Amino acid sequence: MDQALGAADTPTVYFNVQRYDPEVDAKPRYDRFAVPYEPGMTVLQGLLWILDHVDGSLALRYSCREAACGSCAMLVNGWYRLACKTQVKDLRSKEITVQPLPHYPVIKDLVVDMSGFFAKYRAVQPYLVGGDGQRAVEPASGPGAPAPEEVAPGREFRQSPADRAAFEDATICILCGACTSSCPSFWTNPDYLGPAALLKGYRFAADTRDCLAERVPLLSGEDGIYRCHTIFNCTAACPKEIPITEALQSLKRMASRRLLGGGGGGGRQAAR
Amino acid sequence: MIRHRYLIVGGGLAGLRAAVELAGQDVAVLARVQPLRSHSVAAAGGINAALGNNPDGADDTPEKHAFDTIKGSDYLADQDAVEIMAREAIDRVIEAEHWGCPFSRFPDGRIAQRPFGGAGFPRTCYAADRTGHALLHTLYEQAVRRGLHAYEEWVALELVVAEGRACGLVAMNLLTGQVEGFVAQAVIFATGGAGRMYLRSSNALLNTGSGMAIAYRAGVPLKDMEFIQFHPTTLYGSNILITEGARGEGGYLLNNKGQRFMERYAAKAMELAPRDIVARAIQTEIDEGRGFQPPPGAQVGSGGGYVHLDLRHLGEAKINERLPKVREISVHIAGVDPVYEPIPIQPAQHYTMGGIDTDNDGATQLPGFFAAGEAACVSVHGANRLGGNSLLDTIVFGRRAGAAARRYVEGLEPAGPAGQEGAVAQVEAAVRSMQEKIAKLLRADGPEDPAALRDRLRSLMSEQVGIFREREPLEQAVAAIADFKERYRHIHLRHRGTRYNLDLYQAVELEGMLDLAEVIARGALLREESRGSQYRRDFPQRDDANWLKHTLAYHTAEGPRFAFKPVTITRYEPQERRY
Repeated sequence: MDQALGAADTPTVYFNVQRYDPEVDAKPRYDRFAVPYEPGMTVLQGLLWILDHVDGSLALRYSCREAACGSCAMLVNGWYRLACKTQVKDLRSKEITVQPLPHYPVIKDLVVDMSGFFAKYRAVQPYLVGGDGQRAVEPASGPGAPAPEEVAPGREFRQSPADRAAFEDATICILCGACTSSCPSFWTNPDYLGPAALLKGYRFAADTRDCLAERVPLLSGEDGIYRCHTIFNCTAACPKEIPITEALQSLKRMASRRLLGGGGGGGRQAAR
Repeated sequence: MIRHRYLIVGGGLAGLRAAVELAGQDVAVLARVQPLRSHSVAAAGGINAALGNNPDGADDTPEKHAFDTIKGSDYLADQDAVEIMAREAIDRVIEAEHWGCPFSRFPDGRIAQRPFGGAGFPRTCYAADRTGHALLHTLYEQAVRRGLHAYEEWVALELVVAEGRACGLVAMNLLTGQVEGFVAQAVIFATGGAGRMYLRSSNALLNTGSGMAIAYRAGVPLKDMEFIQFHPTTLYGSNILITEGARGEGGYLLNNKGQRFMERYAAKAMELAPRDIVARAIQTEIDEGRGFQPPPGAQVGSGGGYVHLDLRHLGEAKINERLPKVREISVHIAGVDPVYEPIPIQPAQHYTMGGIDTDNDGATQLPGFFAAGEAACVSVHGANRLGGNSLLDTIVFGRRAGAAARRYVEGLEPAGPAGQEGAVAQVEAAVRSMQEKIAKLLRADGPEDPAALRDRLRSLMSEQVGIFREREPLEQAVAAIADFKERYRHIHLRHRGTRYNLDLYQAVELEGMLDLAEVIARGALLREESRGSQYRRDFPQRDDANWLKHTLAYHTAEGPRFAFKPVTITRYEPQERRY
């Protein structure tokens, strides 16, 4: 499993960790830690080894250590990664530089303030508005498909596997914040909702069960999808490999169709 | 001093479901992490409900779900509680679907259901192999919709009791180190399990049982703590969960001779026998030399031997559709692509069947204090939990605990000014003494290294309080834990600052882990029988005459005091488990 860094010939790797406590330090610095390498070691394990054995003041977020909870997105050797999903051997370097996610205020070391990120999440009404079986979105099977069956009380809304698959990619987002942090449009306009919040909006806009008439307008305002200039940084940064930019273009198409009065993208709303 | 009518500790599924139930009230959630980072997110394979959507399970019923759960529990579950869970399962799953949970679908558009271990019918509803993630995001979304008020990255430290009632909490804001008091009329703990006291565990790094330890120290008994589930299939090295759904979809377990060895342990159910049976079978194969060992000098992570989980015959398309996370984790963490190679797996601690003793509404023996989810023990899982029942437990009993807390508070006599001041004074006093304790800990300069102590505890628990148990190793473990507790009094901290001090936080949680380890090891020693996950080599049979009862552990200064409580039997007479 470990050809690049055999345990025998390279037992030590070096973590260069950005340290900064804005309440104490005038500016960030880098501390260099020698860490004994073990086969299978992830960047997160290396950081926790430092915390346990060298420097108890190191601040970082961790939880699931299996790329599901979104706690540990950070810059590793200059790129967006989940520390828990990044094998040290895959970095193909003994020098590992670790920095907090950029463009969020640093709280301490690798811990950043994500309150602004989650404020944007909340701004897109990130929840399914359903309940009456009426679709805001045409199913993937196309306009003219039969309306959802009358749902018996106490039973699920029906959704075809194709309709479910249409928003699968968007459901696997873990809200780690890497995409928004990587987005040049967000860098220049901090009010831009950003790829993570818009992807969440798309997840519901593309769900045949969602009935929020204002869903697409909510996402296509001044700070919404038209601020996406298809730079694709978000897609490249996403540790879950979600095609975020594509999803945002789908949202643009929904918004255009809605303005032109065509089907889909809330078209059914006009008839209600 | 912060006041809320209801205070929920823990932002995973059970806590959020309780919060949704109490929406519109003065309710707050206090959690160690942003709620989406909770361990619920890692649950993979699914959630059980007798919907009967699978053509092979069309005549499934809540009664059959209850029977499978009770049989799987080795008859230690309380049957009335299981009946409630099986009945309410359908409502809770449909509710989650109506709230937007992206369940996978059958061609007719109904929620898809797959076979799971120990279940007579394919009743496990799923969202690919990310069901916990799908449910947690859905519940968080619904909580946000209802104006969720959350204290994120706060660490609960102490449950405050005044005049025989829970009246508040002492907690620390991790970002600032500030110790703060919360006054509440009802407190609900949904703080998760205690898996991280084991070296090999599938659990999130946060799951150290802190809530259980706090309740225990406040005088609330813990129930059935000796019953620790070991999941059969975790990724060798990192012990990341490889879902039971992989076997539900048809995966094989193979030893180093290429044999599907489960035929010798559970000829009928094979790979889909309950977890305790499959975990023991795998460990036996490894122990008897039919597993795989890493080459010398190439031990990875937590080490140990392993066997193979073979999914290759399922084909790439099915793996990508039903088990995408298994493939992602196997490729990125172990460098093994299950489309082309078998996955190296080994058993590891997975679930804490025991927990804070509650009734069927999450109420504890302490008025005003409720618990739900893995932190609680109702008991619906008894001696062995079935896969797909833990997610169900969180939302069924999270809702019931929220509703019960509300009934409790609304039934209270309106507290006069004196009563309110009493609670405030008690919380203030608790805050002051906790501030002193934290300040003392921050100055601690003894010879003992808490991280090393924690690692020794973890190894001890995996080796001597693990899948196979026996008197002598258990007695050694009890003695070792007592030694660790003494050493803990002489630890030092590496960092004495207050802001985001993980060194301090980990030292605080280690104290609770030691208390719980003592309860688990002594409970395992006390229970001289084999039932579900508790397997005593020296007492290999189940002993209903003497041990068909729950263990209760009460905190005393000298260690746990044990008592027992009968198991509720409704209509399912205990019989031998055969699979």
